[in-house]
Amino acid sequence: MVQTAVPVPTPTVTPTAFVPAGAPAKIDVRQLNFYYGPRRALDNVTLQIRPHEVTALIGPSGCGKSTFLRSINRMNDIIPGTRVEGSICIDGQDIYAPSVDPVDLRRRVGMVFQKSNPFPKSIFENVAYGLRINRLARSRDALGERVESSLRSAALWDEVKDRLHTSALALSGGQQQRLCIARALAVEPDILLMDEPASALDPIATQRIEELIYQLKARYTIVIVTHNMQQAARVSDVTAFFWLGKLIESDRTNKIFTAPSQKLTEDYVTGRFG
Amino acid sequence: MASTEHVRHFQEELEQLKVRLLEMGGLAEEQVRLAVQGLVDRDRDLIDRVIAGDEPLNRLHIELDGRCFTLLALYQPMAVDLRSIVAAVKINTDLERVGDLAINIAEASRQYVVHAPVKKLIDIPRMAAIAQRMLRDALDAFVRRDTILAQRVLDEDDVLDDLKTQIFRELITYMLQDPGTIEPALDLILISRHLERIGDHATNIAEDVIFMVSAKDVRHHAGEGTETGRR
Repeated sequence: MVQTAVPVPTPTVTPTAFVPAGAPAKIDVRQLNFYYGPRRALDNVTLQIRPHEVTALIGPSGCGKSTFLRSINRMNDIIPGTRVEGSICIDGQDIYAPSVDPVDLRRRVGMVFQKSNPFPKSIFENVAYGLRINRLARSRDALGERVESSLRSAALWDEVKDRLHTSALALSGGQQQRLCIARALAVEPDILLMDEPASALDPIATQRIEELIYQLKARYTIVIVTHNMQQAARVSDVTAFFWLGKLIESDRTNKIFTAPSQKLTEDYVTGRFG
Repeated sequence: MASTEHVRHFQEELEQLKVRLLEMGGLAEEQVRLAVQGLVDRDRDLIDRVIAGDEPLNRLHIELDGRCFTLLALYQPMAVDLRSIVAAVKINTDLERVGDLAINIAEASRQYVVHAPVKKLIDIPRMAAIAQRMLRDALDAFVRRDTILAQRVLDEDDVLDDLKTQIFRELITYMLQDPGTIEPALDLILISRHLERIGDHATNIAEDVIFMVSAKDVRHHAGEGTETGRR
């Protein structure tokens, strides 16, 4: 990982970038370039994400939206040959600064993946795992309470409270995904990144995840990648449209889906390409 | 809307919707034309035919609502596609009301022709011609996505309003001179009012066209248009 020395970048906001009013940005991305070896996957992306809002990233496959998402908690660091330019600040702190510990960053910026990936352990242990390795619970009782509150936050507690010590792999797909959300919430992050969290789920399970997202935004800042345009329209406050590594347009979600400013965005959301 | 097949199908359905909406516009316009011709020619048969001729418009009104409803439910359109369907729903209602107004004109005409003519009809046929042209232009603007033509329809509405006021003032003088003209003069005033309302519906359609094409809402205070979706 080569960290380019970044002089304080001049804020360049594209004419169609949504500039959030009021609260300072929770996540402030400036002139972000991202390379997989020689290939540039993100091209000069500038985006401010406000706290306690859901931001949906949309765009055709390979447009850079997942790369963008993964750069927010430095998940891309583990891929050899990648390189970052520009800056991402969370609460004003540059997360690519040498002093930042990526493990600590990932505790503050939780992530949920497309395919639910519970550990082959009990339901309880899945949620307790992060608490144990981060030594976040002082006692056995405290651990139990944190596990319960996380499962409640993920709207899973009532379904699993009587079988906490059975295997997580016996849960349904939707339950496994909510378990992964509970696991992410257990270490008390401020930001939750979701990479197509409902794409493998049936409509009912999808609806539960969407309801959960709505509830969680009161406490977390959420960034979600989705291929499902209706889902982006339903769950997000702000939508950002990526195309060929560029951020084409970001704006309030109702604006993007009723009257986008850019022709490309309009063509994408009306299904004319992608 | 995932596949291109899907999109193609949707676009075909949308095209079909526009064709049917135009048919409806043609029928509504014809009803207005016949009602006013019945009045001018004092042709009771023609007037009765207009009054009985509402059925095809009513059937299209229901059919078009159904088409829009189905397109919304099955395709969940976004952006310009969504605006087109919402515009179609509103235009559909406007055209149905134009059909009703044509019948109102015919009914007032049936009353009117019972009496001797109050005066030679000049301004009412003129109003009718303008209202019909506005309707036709508004629908052409819809099909061609032509906001300039739509704007011209909006500008023309004032002419219609002025003519209505002029007719009213003129008929007052007849009524003052001869109370025997009060009943038929009131019928003419009503008819001018119906024609002015038809112009208002054409104006609504033109506003919907501007919204559909440019996402600008120009209703109530044209020129201060705000884009939809802004908070």
